[in-house]
Amino acid sequence: MSKLLGWRKIPIGTIILEAGSTFEVRTGDWRTFKPVIDHNKCTRCGLCYYYCPDGSITLEVKDGKIVKVDIDYYHCKGCAICEGICPVKAITMVEEVK
Amino acid sequence: MAKVIGLTGDEAVAYAVKQCDVDVIAAYPITPQTVIVETLGEFVANGELDAEMVHVESEHSALSVVTAAALTGARVFTATCSQGLALMFEILYITSGVRAPVVMAVANRALSAPINIHADHSDSMGARDSGWIQLYAENVQEVYDMIFMAYKIAENRDVLLPTMVCLDGFTLTHTLERVEMLDDEVAKKYLPPKPTYPYPISAEKPATYGSLALPDYYFEFKMQQQDAMNKAKEVIPKAMEEFSKVSGREYDQFKAYAIEDADVITVALGSTGGTMRSVARELRKQGYKVGSLTLRVYRPFPAEALMEALSGAKVILAMDRTLSFGAIGGPLFEDLRTLFYDAEKRPLIADIVYGLGGRDLTPAEAKAIFKYGLEIAKSGRIPELVKYVGVRE
Ligand code: SF4
Ligand code: SF4
Repeated sequence: MSKLLGWRKIPIGTIILEAGSTFEVRTGDWRTFKPVIDHNKCTRCGLCYYYCPDGSITLEVKDGKIVKVDIDYYHCKGCAICEGICPVKAITMVEEVK
Repeated sequence: MAKVIGLTGDEAVAYAVKQCDVDVIAAYPITPQTVIVETLGEFVANGELDAEMVHVESEHSALSVVTAAALTGARVFTATCSQGLALMFEILYITSGVRAPVVMAVANRALSAPINIHADHSDSMGARDSGWIQLYAENVQEVYDMIFMAYKIAENRDVLLPTMVCLDGFTLTHTLERVEMLDDEVAKKYLPPKPTYPYPISAEKPATYGSLALPDYYFEFKMQQQDAMNKAKEVIPKAMEEFSKVSGREYDQFKAYAIEDADVITVALGSTGGTMRSVARELRKQGYKVGSLTLRVYRPFPAEALMEALSGAKVILAMDRTLSFGAIGGPLFEDLRTLFYDAEKRPLIADIVYGLGGRDLTPAEAKAIFKYGLEIAKSGRIPELVKYVGVRE
């Protein structure tokens, strides 16, 4: 975070006038368990992408097909919803070692 | 000549809101406010008012809806009281925190328990620290007029704070009085232009609203609200003065009667102000030096103007229609006492708590209150800091 601004210098009412500022907030360090995808098991069905409440699953799509599923660890909070929803149990929650 | 019709307080609110050309209304019925939104519902249904009427499942949702709608730049309205206001409590602070210029009518009604539907100020007084501007009307004409002024104040770009227009349940909400209407054209010219909010939510200009502010920024946002309240102190008298000009009805932050040379002045909010004035007039005829003041603006507290108006008095009696359990006295009393703490000439200030749960304050009691004040003036001593008037022992 850069220099903190005074109340006369910030927009009123907690508005952030540039869109997408949440992207900068590192929520990844809230995690206790991190989801790990076993790419051999993963069928690339895309369910985890739709269920992740944080938009922390990324898809690589080629010719309308999902070719790769990954986790954005900068934002993933470790809620384990993806683990629960994966129909082939390709996601395992692994304890973070700090 | 402006149109004159008979309206109850609730109807007066609805007529004024219609003339303010609101865009979004959301409210949940609660006595004695219900007639306000019922009447507005009729206006919308028969095409007299082009507004979105959102039927919500609770007051919590009602205020959430109008707060969000206000951030799109729409002019919005809601109404509630008592338990409904209590249920809105969480959102009250959010509305002011996101600086949404919402206007809300509060049909003052006592809070449960015991359950009661009649007037006192325990509901709105509980919200006095929520960052809303609070106006209190003395009669139905003032109710009608204050709605216009409320929008003028709330939507002022230096203010942008939600505003409550408080009217005593039943005493004003359900009493039919003569009301001089404002011409639509005059109303339109008086009101601020739309959009009502400087950063309206739009798909073209995405932004974050209601964001998180942790210890590094929270305090700054609260300071902005405090600054807006301070600015409102200047905006309110101007909005009232301008309204006086366009309506021909005199408005100031308070309505004073015979205070210039009065030994005893009562300060009241709402309809009681009328009772006190009429009794003061009677006592004046009998030679007693008493005066009365009805405070129209409670938040922001018009400190300087009140100090000037009241400083000649020997005794000030604060009329609190609410209890602040465990406090030194009622909220109005405490504000007035604080105000005069640094004054060179400090009047004696005592508290009168009255009228809870809609109990009438009779003219005889009002007279006794003035006489009590005169006794204090004579003896220079306050026998009871808080006097409870009209309660059985
Ligand atoms: S653990 Fe939760 S936040 Fe992280 S990727 Fe899975 S669903 Fe998303
Ligand atoms: S839900 Fe499981 S199988 Fe489907 S894309 Fe996600 S990890 Fe792969």
